[in-house]
Amino acid sequence: MLWEIDLHPRAGLPDLDADGVAADVIALRLAQKVRVASSRGYLVQGPELSPERIERLARELFADTVAEEYLVGQVSDAKLAAAPERIAAGEGTQLVQVLLKPGVMDPVAQSAEAGVRDFGWEVDAVRTLRKYWIADATAEEVRAISSELLANDAIEQVIVGPLPFDRLQSGSAYKFELKTVAIRDLDAAGLVRLSKEGQLYLQPAEMETIQRYFVELGREPTDIELETVAQTWSEHCSHKTLAGRIAYRDEDGDRQFENMLKETIFAATQELRRRWGKNDWCVSVFKDNAGIVKFDDQFNVAFKVETHNHPSALEPYGGANTGIGGVIRDTIGTGLGAKPICNTDVFCFAPPDTAVEDLPTGVLHPKLVMRGVVEGVRDYGNRMGIPTVNGAVYFDRRYLGNPLVYCGNVGLIPCDKSFKEPQPGDLIVAVGGKTGRDGIHGATFSSAELTHESESLSGGAVQIGNAIEEKKVLDVLLEARDRNLFTAMTDCGAGGFSSAVGEMGEKIGAEVHLDKAPVKYAGLSYTELWISEAQERMVLSVPEANWAELHQLCASEGVEATAIGTFEPTGRLVLKYNGNVVGDMPMAFLHDGRPPVVRQASYTSKPVAPLSTTNTMSVADSLQAILGSLNVASKESIIRQYDHEVQGGSAIKPLVGVQCDGPGDAAVVRPVLGSRRGVVISCGMNPRYGDFDPYHMAASAIDEALRNCVAVGADPARIAILDNFCWGDCERSETLGALVRAAIACHDLSLIFETPFISGKDSLNNEFSYFDDAGQKQTIAIPSSLLISAMGQVADVAQCVTMDLKRAGNLLYLVGETKDELGGSHYTLVNNLDGGAVPTVDGLRAKATFAAVHRAIGDGSIVSCHDLSEGGLAAAAAEMAFAGGLGVEVQLDGVPTGTASLSPVVKLFSESNSRFLCEVAPEHAAVFEGQFASLPVAQVGVVVESPLVTIKAGVETLVNVANDQLKESWQSPLRY
Amino acid sequence: MTPRVLVLRAPGSNCDVETAYAFEQAGATTERLHVNRWLEAPQLAADYQILCLPGGFSYGDDLGAGRILGNQLRHHLADSLAAFRDRGKLILGICNGFQILVKSGLLDIDDEQGPAATLNWNKSGRFIDRWVNLRVASDRCVFLQGIESIELPIAHAEGQFLGRDDAALDRFEDAGQLALRYAEADGGCNSQPYNPNGAARDVAGMCDRSGRVFGLMPHPERFIDRTQHPQWTRRAKFDEGAGLQLFRNAVGYFA
Repeated sequence: MLWEIDLHPRAGLPDLDADGVAADVIALRLAQKVRVASSRGYLVQGPELSPERIERLARELFADTVAEEYLVGQVSDAKLAAAPERIAAGEGTQLVQVLLKPGVMDPVAQSAEAGVRDFGWEVDAVRTLRKYWIADATAEEVRAISSELLANDAIEQVIVGPLPFDRLQSGSAYKFELKTVAIRDLDAAGLVRLSKEGQLYLQPAEMETIQRYFVELGREPTDIELETVAQTWSEHCSHKTLAGRIAYRDEDGDRQFENMLKETIFAATQELRRRWGKNDWCVSVFKDNAGIVKFDDQFNVAFKVETHNHPSALEPYGGANTGIGGVIRDTIGTGLGAKPICNTDVFCFAPPDTAVEDLPTGVLHPKLVMRGVVEGVRDYGNRMGIPTVNGAVYFDRRYLGNPLVYCGNVGLIPCDKSFKEPQPGDLIVAVGGKTGRDGIHGATFSSAELTHESESLSGGAVQIGNAIEEKKVLDVLLEARDRNLFTAMTDCGAGGFSSAVGEMGEKIGAEVHLDKAPVKYAGLSYTELWISEAQERMVLSVPEANWAELHQLCASEGVEATAIGTFEPTGRLVLKYNGNVVGDMPMAFLHDGRPPVVRQASYTSKPVAPLSTTNTMSVADSLQAILGSLNVASKESIIRQYDHEVQGGSAIKPLVGVQCDGPGDAAVVRPVLGSRRGVVISCGMNPRYGDFDPYHMAASAIDEALRNCVAVGADPARIAILDNFCWGDCERSETLGALVRAAIACHDLSLIFETPFISGKDSLNNEFSYFDDAGQKQTIAIPSSLLISAMGQVADVAQCVTMDLKRAGNLLYLVGETKDELGGSHYTLVNNLDGGAVPTVDGLRAKATFAAVHRAIGDGSIVSCHDLSEGGLAAAAAEMAFAGGLGVEVQLDGVPTGTASLSPVVKLFSESNSRFLCEVAPEHAAVFEGQFASLPVAQVGVVVESPLVTIKAGVETLVNVANDQLKESWQSPLRY
Repeated sequence: MTPRVLVLRAPGSNCDVETAYAFEQAGATTERLHVNRWLEAPQLAADYQILCLPGGFSYGDDLGAGRILGNQLRHHLADSLAAFRDRGKLILGICNGFQILVKSGLLDIDDEQGPAATLNWNKSGRFIDRWVNLRVASDRCVFLQGIESIELPIAHAEGQFLGRDDAALDRFEDAGQLALRYAEADGGCNSQPYNPNGAARDVAGMCDRSGRVFGLMPHPERFIDRTQHPQWTRRAKFDEGAGLQLFRNAVGYFA
């Protein structure tokens, strides 16, 4: 019998979900007017569930009776479908029910099953359900509301009216059948077709190599062998574009790369490590899941940032959820296991105020994308108990249809656990979540129980995480690590077991018994088991002698651990299902068999165009507009949804100042309780500069990430950085050329700053195609987006400084030289100007400046410090003022400009790199200035009691605006 | 006597390490124990003087915050807990721990009609992390002795204290149970609204009628060191975080 339990808000309490939906309907113009009521509920099926027991479950397990009222019945019961009184239903009220599609992870349903069993009663299955009663809207509007707002077709199913089933069923049994793929006799066109239709996404040369291999072997590949090769050779797993051969041409001539990344970014790090010799503080770079550097005598720190763009475009919540879950697993699976200590998240969206009419068909509104992504990251990070301490959000129209979601995680790892080495004979052990059809491209999944017909579910992009499963895995693995129970570990990410086992067994060989993998439901084929990307799984290499103890430890905390094979020293990957060999290939072919492809890359530099100067706003209005522009505006509504203090190590929070709402430059956490040593996390990115020159964009991003770190007190000699390239289609020579140019900048600046890159990742093909009203195919490519994430260190967090002004009477110093660099600036953005010179980096001088700022923070002469970035001097001064609740008087005449004579507008709004505003007490002025001997620095203002920002050039007052007004401009655009 | 603290872990607990550390800084010895161990051996609680339910998302808060662990305590550990409380020992629930206590029946909340109070979704419907000002509104609670007001951070989605009706709230108030309240700030970082989740009668924490079982939404373990305060760079030097006093009071109770 299938029971339904519906939960409604108690009379007099708000219906929050319904109110939110109604507000969104109007905001997105899905209907002129609407009234909505909602309920959440559960479908429960079990042999022992009597009406009395269901009533008790409703009261004691499902409902919070102080806040909610419950209704129970069988699914067909009319009272469950009746519109609640609070909506005062008139004619035409429609009931819309939303359920997760079968096979989609539903942690709440899993917990509900456990909760029912805790009462001592058996239960077959539970599913969750949301119901909406919609009044005042037409049937067509209700359809639009359902598809745009209430449900995401990628994971959810909408049923208008009553549920058309009375049982919950799980999958049907799988019947083994070995499948082979005829590849030997295919012609060139046939190979291309197989690559595409089989969703292998391999290049023609790669398909030919596979064909040749099996022709020589004298047999056809099995499906699982072909899939394994495709996974191993995929862009995601092998980074074949950037780690491949590239013929590059720019204004300096031609350059041939055998391995572009190795010869640029990695090479810089190798050179630095050579230079440092015994003082090398890198531990493990560019080889493990995350880069590792030294922290203190006991611990190292690991850092990794990943992207999850395409899944987030389709299903923002699930995409971001599994994005952060995945990168946390990366850190956990680094060395013999790191403890995650903080997250950083950077997002790129189209503007949330994009007109509904301007959306191409099938594109989620950026406002909904933003909300889903934020909530996905929030719910995973918070549940894992990892503070999200740093981030940024960038807006550009070109992210429409292709948002970017960068998720990063820092882990703390004991020095002696930083390396791993699987041993021949070790068991291959899967730990954590069960395997399902999650994330198998093109997999179809029978949903007979809902529609009574087979329904296709594109699982490739749609996964929902289960943070609690991952937390359980983390808890037991750290214990197992400390008991030395395994020799190696990695996460199951893209490619599932295929890539995890393939990677770990590369130097040894492996035999896997796929039938042993624990499954969520019956019916998975051996290939699905092998390539499923189901979340929350780790693979361990366990000496047989330790297996019983590891299994017992996992069982004691309810974590599944299963031996699925052995690392056999054969050099081969052998896959079996119920004793049948379904795949058998040499590791060497998988890892070294890929044919080299030479890609063309070119870059044509653009001459600097003069800045257009027509129709600009006044300086004061420009400042207000910049503060209110989306990239600069306060992100408090996002930040406060993240727990940034869990684990108790938060020392500099993302929001600082007299009302705890000013924009901090970087976050500082103490990862070891009882120690004051800190980790500093910041980032730098400016896609707008890439439109001018990707070299200077990359250099600026590095400078920004470093100066954010330095501004709070990090030692610039101990900052490690990561690169994350999100680019368009790199089969286009100019697009790849822009990337190579950015990578060359990374190499150059890394060497000059002596700042090593320790890990990185790329996501290519970030383009979105659609057909416009005229039926023409349109493509939007994202702007070249390089995120630089920085991880610095401070010896004692109590020496850190924040950006909020502290005391009237203090002096305000501008550190660094201002140049005529308005190209790509926010001044040009808010005034709709073109041209100008993009900011560049004078690396040697920047390095000296960062060292000087660090010394001045160390000697206590700086009481507040803020980096200059979007909006330049004007925005930085305003932010420091309203964050501190004090005023500033700035005089532009003294701004250091080298030999150039610059206009007040340039001095105020140029976004020249390597600059800081520092607040210094008059009695420390001499000490402070002494740290900057030959560097550009000048006192440009004073802190005053009266909360006004006043800016003068000579005797002319350009700005005289109250803090409150500036702060309101800054806070209002993205307020809740 | 140095009290022993049982810091209870469950799937999804995540503030157990820093909470144990806070108790240790206050002079206790602690053990972080998985709930499965206690379920296997209910009598082991007898070895401890303080039971602490730390923050986190026990069982994902999937059916409502604290519901599943609260039910486990009710269904399987009721005798062990009753004995613990009746022997004059202390129970502290922080954030998710408070939510669990509310659902477990240990806070003298239930009457013949069932639960008379709960922790509902925040008025905003969202998770919120921020610092708040608090005042102590009853001398009943062991953990709050000697404290008049205190700043601490909150980080929760379901923290809006909600009574079934005014009569229920009056009953708690009269018994001195509504011990900790959100308060207007004079200075400090507590911008408006001072009661960020819309709690009835500004309640941020409540105790049972004995004052020995206490649950609160704010996190005292997150204010042990001065660098945990959001404005330590603006304030005159102080070394210790005010949150430590709650743990000292618990430890001192057994002195």
